[in-house]
Order: sequence, then structure tokens, then C-alpha cells
Amino acid sequence: MPFRWNPELGPEDVTPEAMFQERRRFLRAAAVATAGAVLGWDPDAVQAEGGLAGVRKGAVTLDEKLTPVREVTSYGNFYELGTGKEDPAKLADRLVTYPWSVRIDGEVEQPGVVSLEDLLKPHPLEERVYRMRCVEGWSMVIPWIGFPLGDLLKRFVPTPKGRYVAFETLHDPQRLPGQAREVLRWPYREGLRLDEAMHPLTILAVGLYDRVLPNQNGVPLRLVVPWKYGFKSIKSIVRISLTEQQPVTSWNQHAPDEYGFFANVNPEVPHPRWEQRQERRIGEWLRRDTLPFNGYGEQVAGLYAGMDLTRFF
Amino acid sequence: MARWLIGLLPLVWLGFGVWQNTLGANPVERMIRYSGDWGLWWLLATLAIAPLRRLPGCAGLIRLRRLFGLLGFGYAALHVVFFITFEHFFSWSALFRDILKRPFITIGLLAFLLLLPLAVTSTPSWMRRLGPQWGRLHRLVYPASVLVVLHYFLMVKADYRLPILHAVILGGLLGWRGVR
Ligand code: HEM
Repeated sequence: MPFRWNPELGPEDVTPEAMFQERRRFLRAAAVATAGAVLGWDPDAVQAEGGLAGVRKGAVTLDEKLTPVREVTSYGNFYELGTGKEDPAKLADRLVTYPWSVRIDGEVEQPGVVSLEDLLKPHPLEERVYRMRCVEGWSMVIPWIGFPLGDLLKRFVPTPKGRYVAFETLHDPQRLPGQAREVLRWPYREGLRLDEAMHPLTILAVGLYDRVLPNQNGVPLRLVVPWKYGFKSIKSIVRISLTEQQPVTSWNQHAPDEYGFFANVNPEVPHPRWEQRQERRIGEWLRRDTLPFNGYGEQVAGLYAGMDLTRFF
Repeated sequence: MARWLIGLLPLVWLGFGVWQNTLGANPVERMIRYSGDWGLWWLLATLAIAPLRRLPGCAGLIRLRRLFGLLGFGYAALHVVFFITFEHFFSWSALFRDILKRPFITIGLLAFLLLLPLAVTSTPSWMRRLGPQWGRLHRLVYPASVLVVLHYFLMVKADYRLPILHAVILGGLLGWRGVR
């Protein structure tokens, strides 16, 4: 797989040595082998150091062309790093991720604050190639590296009252400068019903394309729910709570008539301002048909049996 | 006419970007937005001529007004062509559904339909033929510009800084006419 890099990056984009060393320590401690890409965006380092180690390949594959790494890492929405789709890659350096810990709380038997290292340790990593469909009408095919969210939740033992899972992104305008303006109510929040969270397709990702997540893709830990619009797949997670009530989620709070809590990919339910029947696969000129549940209906449609999906969009 | 050529520079840049694949991950989105932006900018430039030509030594600017207006229409037409080609690939039923269902498209189309007669009647012979009616007709550029800025507002998801900036500029240009 040839790696191509953002030609717009110049010397000023290179990670300072101190930060480089710091991240390096973190990565070693995390026992996820180093990934040159994140450390210094040095293609040679990626080739030499090989990125994440011990990943089980082919856990979930897809017979569709992968979106090249350059597009995956240079285009996307991460409003905490700017509202333009090319801003996050430019501001990515601000998001220092060492040290990182995640608070697990709410309706679990064993709440606590866990370092990223301890959080990841028990979970074997695997590669999963998923479609990613943005609510704006574009899509990609991305080889994520991660592990099932359900495996993590089981470790902390949800109580019978835990019916939903709520997530929060880091709230720190120093490291996420887009939070200096109240475009959305920070921190970014997302949520799933517990059965959606436990579904084997739902993963927490720590990498893509064989290496640690680039900052702009939600370093160091993000959700990936492939049958829902991309905004559900919250980035740079610092808190996971089990709740009894359906949690407040950011885009739903911002415009409830446009972004539902479920946000399942559904060509039959138009966004009030645009159609959802078709999408542009990044790299293609013309649009292609959008699939119900983003093509994962066989696996997940059962979760919504009996629900009116035009009402619970 | 060299002046025309300057107006085509943004288009050349766009063509170069398509050819060299430097328009980023989603070139279609970039093309639609870029042409829409230039359509609006030329319209704002057209509206800026009236106040600017009052400045000492700037009376000659009036000679650029027709060109700017036509460039505004030209880039808007390109914007619409990109939309029809790449968003719907000439599937007219989908296009009509879109126009009916998506207010921001409806408004964009309305703006375009207001600009169309202005472009057609921009020639000296039409000016002569319409006489005093010509000026009245061409006042349609005001509602058209307002609709374009509204179109911009309606497409944005959360970050309104750019549409607000354009609304302020347009407000200034129209407000100047109101108080004069
Ligand atoms: C039938 C008529 C029109 C259609 C179908 C249309 C379609 C569109 C679409 C789809 C977008 C959003 C692109 C995106 O989401 O990335 C857009 C944005 C825009 N359009 Fe239009 N448009 C029309 C008329 C016009 C006209 C007449 C003008 C100006 C002269 C205009 C100026 C703009 C501007 C300034 C933007 C925002 C660009 C940006 O975000 O930088 N549009 N239009």
C-alpha cells in the first residue's frame, strides 16, 4: 500500500521534538507499537516501523475499493478542530494526547478513571473495513483498527438500569481550538442504546490503515458505528457513561428536526435540507445509491423491529 | 478584450485544479462551492460600482459594471451546471424533487431565474429597446443578491460566519442606496 502524504504540509507542520518524544513514550507504554505517521508524518518511519503491531487482519472485510489514506486523513468533520472539512488536518497538531484517560461511570458496577493504556490492554486489535456515510451525502471505505465496544462495556459490568451508553469528547479549547467558539454545545456528546452499543459491528477504533489514528481522525480513541451517519461516531473520547435515560447528543440538540438520536443511514428519510437517496463516494465523480443501514441491514435491522424509522430517524 | 480574460482567471484556476487533482478529497463539492462563491462575489462587485464611482477619479468604473454582472451570471450558471451534472447527472425527476423539497435549492433557483433576464438584456440594443424600463428591470439584481445570501445561510449546518460576512457586505451596499 503506497502512502501518499498531504502536499500542503510544510516544515512548520512537523511535530516538535519534545512532543515527539512524549508521544513516543506514550505509545511504548500503551504497548501499541509506534506509528511514525502520528509522530512526525514521516513516510519512511511508517514503512520502517510498520504502525500498529499484532493486529488481526481481515476480521471484517468489504469487497469495495478502500478510500486512499490521503483522503481519509485530509477530509472530514471534526468541528473541534475547525468547521471546514480540511481544517482538522491542519490544526491536528494542537491535539496533544498524552496523557489520556477515560472516565467510565454511571450505571456500571465498576466505575473509574482508566488510563488509555489500561483501557486498551486486554483487547486484541483487529482490522475492520467499514463504509462510512456522512449525513452530508459523502462516503468513504476505511480500514479501521479497533475492538468491539461491547467487550469493553462488559469489563465494567453494566447494571440492569444501564439502558443507554453516553460518550463525551475531550473539552479543552487549548488542544481543541474549535471549542473556543460555541458552534455546538461543547463537549461533543453522542449516545447509543445499549443493544446498539453491544452489537458486534460497533467498535472503538484506535487506528486506521495499520497505524495509530491520526489526530484529525479522533485520536486516541473513537467510536465507529458503521450503519449510522458519521456524526454518531464520536471522536477523542474521554468519558463513557451508562445511563437509564436516552442521553443528550450534540447534533440532535443543535437541530432536532435535522439530526435524530438514532441517525441510522436511511435513503427513505430525507434530511430536511437535502436528499439522502444518494451519496458521493470520495474519489468518484457521480453519486451512487445509498443503502439502507449503509449496507449493514442484514446484521442490524433486527435492532429496530417494529419501530417507525421515519419517526425515530 | 483583456478585461474578460481577467474575469476568467478563477475558472482557469479551477480547470487547473481538476486537471492536476489539487481540489482535495471532494473535488465536486469544491467546484460547486467555488463557482457559487465567485457568482456571489461578482454580484457584490457589481453592486459596489455605484458607490465607488462617486469617489474622485473613479467615474470610469461604470464601464466595468456590465462585465461584472455578466461574470456573476456566468459563474452562477457554471454553478448550476455543476450541480445538474454531478449531483443528479441530468436525472430531471430527482432534480425537480430537489427543487421542491430543499428550500435552499428553491431559493437558489429563484435567484438564478431573476438573474437570467438581466444577462439577456445586458446588451446595448436591449438597453435601447427597453429605454427607461431597462433600469427598473435591472433593479432585480437587489432581490437576486438577497436570495443568494439567503441560499448561502440555508445551506450551512452550524457555522454562520461566512454567510454573515456576506450579508453584512450586501447590507452595506444596499443600505447605502437606501440612505442616499
Ligand atoms: C438552481 C440554482 C442553484 C442551485 C441548484 C444551487 C446549488 C447549490 C448547492 C448544492 C450548494 C451547496 C454546495 C455544498 O453543500 O457543498 C450551493 C452553495 C452556494 N451557492 Fe448555489 N445554487 C443555485 C444558485 C445559485 C446562485 C444563482 C448563486 C450566486 C450567484 C449561488 C451561490 C452559492 C453560494 C455563494 C454558495 C455557498 C458556497 C460556499 O459554501 O462557499 N447559487 N449552491
